[in-house]
Parts: sequence; C-alpha cells; structure tokens
Amino acid sequence: MPQSAKLSTRHLLGIKGLTPEDIHLIMYWAAQFKEVINRPIKKVPSLRDITIANLFFENSTRTRLSFELAEKRLSADVINFATSNSSVKKGETLVDTVNNILAMKVDMVVMRHPEPGAAEFLSKHIDAQIVNAGDGTHEHPTQALLDAYSMQEKLGDLRGKRVVIVGDITHSRVALSNIYCLQKLGADVAVCGPATLIPRHIHSLGVMVIPRLEDALEWADVANMLRVQHERMDRAYFPSIREYHMRYGVTMEKLRSLESIPLILHPGPINRGVEITSEVADSEYAIILDQVQNGVAVRMAVLYLLASQGKNIS
Amino acid sequence: MATKTLLNARESAITLNRLCCQLNEVHFPWNNSVIIGLQPRGTRLAEAIMQRLKQEHGVSHIPFGALDSTFHRDDFRRREEPIAASPNQMEVQIEGKRVILVDDVLYTGRSVRAAMDALQDYGRPHRVELCVLIDRRFSRELPIQPDFSGRRVDAIAEERVKLEWTEDFPTVLIESTAHAAKR
Repeated sequence: MPQSAKLSTRHLLGIKGLTPEDIHLIMYWAAQFKEVINRPIKKVPSLRDITIANLFFENSTRTRLSFELAEKRLSADVINFATSNSSVKKGETLVDTVNNILAMKVDMVVMRHPEPGAAEFLSKHIDAQIVNAGDGTHEHPTQALLDAYSMQEKLGDLRGKRVVIVGDITHSRVALSNIYCLQKLGADVAVCGPATLIPRHIHSLGVMVIPRLEDALEWADVANMLRVQHERMDRAYFPSIREYHMRYGVTMEKLRSLESIPLILHPGPINRGVEITSEVADSEYAIILDQVQNGVAVRMAVLYLLASQGKNIS
Repeated sequence: MATKTLLNARESAITLNRLCCQLNEVHFPWNNSVIIGLQPRGTRLAEAIMQRLKQEHGVSHIPFGALDSTFHRDDFRRREEPIAASPNQMEVQIEGKRVILVDDVLYTGRSVRAAMDALQDYGRPHRVELCVLIDRRFSRELPIQPDFSGRRVDAIAEERVKLEWTEDFPTVLIESTAHAAKR
C-alpha cells in the first residue's frame, strides 16, 4: 500500500509511459475515491481551484460523462467542448484551438481525438496537463486502468492471471492500453478474433493469439469483449455480423460448456447479440456496470494525482 | 534524532482514564452523543476511550464513526506529495447529536478544521466538541481549542509528538528533528 507517493509523469498520455508503481498508485487512490462516491454526499472539495477543459474531437458519451462526473465530484470547474459546435469546423488547428482555451486559464485538458498521438503532440506544445481520453487507434489509458481495477476488485492481484481480449484488436485503443496495463501488472494476455482484425506483429508485444473463442474462454480467467467498431471499418473485415457472432460472440451455451466461467468485461457500448448476447450481458459473470462505476473512481484518482503535482501554488 | 518520553504507557493509562471520566460526566447516558475518531490516528485513540468507557464506566452502547478528512485538507497542491487517504466509516447518525471528535495530537488545528468540513457532509450536529490526548499549545494556526485534553505540552516546531501503541495504552514520544533539519 503506497503511503504517499506521486506519479512519475505530469500527463496521462498512455499506459506505455507509466510504471507499474504508477498503476498501483492510481489503483490505490481509485479505491479511496470509490469509497467517496458511495458516500451520501459524493463530492469532495480537493480540486476546487482547478479548471478542466474536456475537449472531445470525436464522439463520446460515456467517457465524457464519466470524466465530467469525476471532475465535478472533485469540485473542479469544468468546461466542455465538442467539435460539432466549434471553430475546428472553420479550419482552426489543434494547437490554436487549445491555446485559445488555455488563454482562458485552464489547468488541465482531457482530450479525445481521432488522430493517434494527438495527446502527446499537445503535451509538447502547451502548458496545461493533458489526460488522454482516447487518441484514434492508439491508447485509451483510463479505460485500461478501470478495466484492470475492475478485474483486480473481483480477482485480487492480477499477477499470473490470464486475460483474453476478444474482437477487433487492430482498430482498438482499448486493446492496446489493456495489453500494456495488464502486462505491467503481471498478467498473461492473449487476443482472440478474426485474423483480419489481429495486427500481424502482435507477438512483438508478448501477446499470445488464440484463434478459437472456445479455446480462449477455456484458457482465460477474464474475457474482455471489445465492441465491433463499425465506424472504423473502412472495408469488410469479416463476412457478416451474423458470422462474427457465431464465431466470436459469447453466448450462454459457450459459457456453460466451460469448466470454469471467466469474468466478462465489455468497455461499452454493447452491441447486444454481436459480441455478447443479452443473456450474458445481464448475467452474474458480466461486470459491465461495475466497470462504469469504477470508471468514475479511476478518473477521479488520475485527476487528483495529476493535480497534486501540477503547478505548486506556494 | 533525540527522543524523549512524555507519557509512558502507565501514565497515559491514567490520563486516558481521566479523559473518560470527564467525557462521561458530560455525556452520560450517551443516548445523544456520538464519538468520531479522526482517521487514521485518532480512530485508535477513540477505540481505546470507548473500550475504557464500556469496561470501567459501564456504558453499554456508544455510537461510533471514523472520519477521514484528506480530501478536505487545505494543503492539497501545496505540499510535494498528496497525503494518503483512509476510509470513512460513518454509518452513524450525527444529525442533531452531540459529536465528539477524537484525535491523538492537536497541533496547528488544520486537520480539525478539515474534519469539521468533512463532518458537514453527514449532517448538522447539535454540537461538535474536540477531545485530544495531547494538546501542543501555542502552535495553533486557527482558532481551534480542545474541550477535553489529556496533556498540554509546549513542543517547538522542529519537534514531533507521536503516539506509539503497545496493547491498550500508548506511549507518547517527543522526537526532535532539529538536528536532521540542519543537515
């Protein structure tokens, strides 16, 4: 249990740049904040002198809501920005947009952007602290942290635990961040999905490929089911949704045929009847709603830890 | 680092007993009072006080909670590292009650201020009182004074007053860090 320590970084750009100690520290604080959000009054005043801008250059509902809730529970001042109603459409560059917002004295920026590396780029050009809320197909660090936190909550220490990530690995920032995060916590990670959606060099990350879902579920303690991202698929990676579901969709029959049933995670939003059936999603094995609740706690932990080492006031 | 003993376990037992008598005098029969230990170190003292009240003074039931004030502190972002938080255990009703905040050492008063702030989240007590084992007088940075205090001590800023628990009673030590600070 870390008594008092700080993160090794000023920004949260990706899991790749975190140390295992950073991840454990975030988990420790997430547990404290989970206790806070279950109090009758869920708000604490820690970040009352901090202003956070949520910049969403790509659509998002739950991540944005989760961040906004986390910020508000910490009493930060929040401004929201979405591209649909902004000057980005008028041709403004990313740095200009953000500098304009920073000129209004913002301390922290939570950003989602369709381009991989956008968060890192920004961190080099502006003064505020950056939290990456997803950059293209690159990383989505807070999702990986909340997934790992949710697994740890159910299974204890993740060292030696087996986690399989199922679905579209190629287009998934959740998959990449999950792989980094789980490996740093000592878990064994495998991926499973249509060959067209598994990156060719995935082995270089130390990840095993299990082609059949049945084998993967048999092997795993946890299955993290990724959403089929129709919006990122520029061509047909698999013949049909029906076929995808037959081969890679988790059903109750598949689970019942196993010796021990793994924990089922899903980052949401669920395509019911594609990655998992409704029956599985609503079963005791799925902890999808725990993930959502833990998401707020984990994001509070990240914001709190980053704020504590931002510009020191005195 | 020089260390001297302010109270040994036997002396602290006597002091603790007197605190219990004083608390009992005011709060008996305890049907409208709540003891809240300030996390992390005040909780241990609060438990010792309750145990004594039950064993020596025949009090059957005392509502009890543990309150953490980490997120209400006024020094967040003003110190190098954030202070570790402890869990709250506040399954107790404080609305309209007489609340006794219990902490081990009262120094600047800032923790107590934060605790009073944190307490607000759980309701509006009728009265809030403060009970400490050690009162480091002349070092307050806020207008906060204890209602019940075990022992007053004049310790300078370079000294640290701490409790070491062995079984039921603490030993109170004063550690001098002045030497370490010079180096």
